Amino acid sequence: MTEETMTLEVTRYRPGHDREPRTESFTVPYRKDWVVLDALNHIKDRIDGTLSYRWSCRMGVCGSCGMMVNGVPKLTCAAFLRDYRPGPIRVGPLANFPVIRDLVIALDDFMEKLRRVKPWIIRAVEKPVADGEYLQTPAQLDAYKQFSMCINCMLCYAACPVYGLEPAFVGPAAIALAYRYNLDSRDEGYRLREPVLSEAVGVWECTFVGECSVVCPKGVDPAAAIQRSKLAGATDWLLSMIMPWGGRR
Amino acid sequence: MTVPRVERPGLYYPKLPATWWLRNANYFRFMLRELSSVFIALFLVVFLIQLHRLPQGPGAYAAYLETLRAPGWIIFHVLALAFALYHSVTWFNLTGVVQVVHLGERQVPPRLVVGASFALWAVVSVVLLWFLLRG
Repeated sequence: MTEETMTLEVTRYRPGHDREPRTESFTVPYRKDWVVLDALNHIKDRIDGTLSYRWSCRMGVCGSCGMMVNGVPKLTCAAFLRDYRPGPIRVGPLANFPVIRDLVIALDDFMEKLRRVKPWIIRAVEKPVADGEYLQTPAQLDAYKQFSMCINCMLCYAACPVYGLEPAFVGPAAIALAYRYNLDSRDEGYRLREPVLSEAVGVWECTFVGECSVVCPKGVDPAAAIQRSKLAGATDWLLSMIMPWGGRR
Repeated sequence: MTVPRVERPGLYYPKLPATWWLRNANYFRFMLRELSSVFIALFLVVFLIQLHRLPQGPGAYAAYLETLRAPGWIIFHVLALAFALYHSVTWFNLTGVVQVVHLGERQVPPRLVVGASFALWAVVSVVLLWFLLRG
């Protein structure tokens, strides 16, 4: 019996050789339990060892294997071949990012933005470890929990046309994480994150296309985080204008 | 505002084509929503001219209304109404996402926020209609 196969049309780019990316077709065995990442691993192991891409956990946790699958940002460890039958499947590097080689994109810009929004708990005064944990009620946890599910896979940036047109835009994941810490009852860093969020390329750059929330593999709603941050920022500004004691926090 | 990006040699920087909004239905719907504001703005200009004609006397006002009865203007107004409705419906559908309402410790379900917004819209519309049509 002849083995069932599928064709993958993979974007290739060799720095220093290619002026722009090109497409190369590979035929891989079709297995109903294979994901696109398995097919890429098959290509690298059996057909062309020079194919470059990132991956790690294979279980949708590390956020490394994000790529464009048929033009849609996907974690390739969660994109089953069976959902793309009969193919071919187009696999490309995440959109809107500079390409280093083949399917590997440059992460520097996102990492820098992530650092700028200070996605960690900030306290005005740290209490000594001996004084114990900062306690939180289940309701206080619920307030930010969905936004803490972000795995920094950057699919939301690949889905965002605003980021594609304006690379300086702080972007969905970084703003969602800033919002997550702003919502955390243990955090006191709102004033430190606010200048980054309220700059021209912060929340106000977003035009609410909403595709970031559609493609998120972890059910985070970055579009909501951005719009709510706009509302919080605007309310804060209004209060600072009309109240003698200024805005909140 | 466009901030120039420093491009590193060797890397390939993709450019978003002008037709990006044709790539999927969500992008297309977004573009329609953006486009709707153009029609709403044009309608407001027409309406402001109408208001401007009002103090110029019944003759000037009637002449302007007569101009607006031309088929082209009627098509424009139907289009503007369709876009205004589309903009309003999508806007109210998003209120549940944007506006988090708490009652004590509990969060009001987003669907209820959306429903309340539509209800308020309906009430305001009915009051305005009554005000305009009562003769």
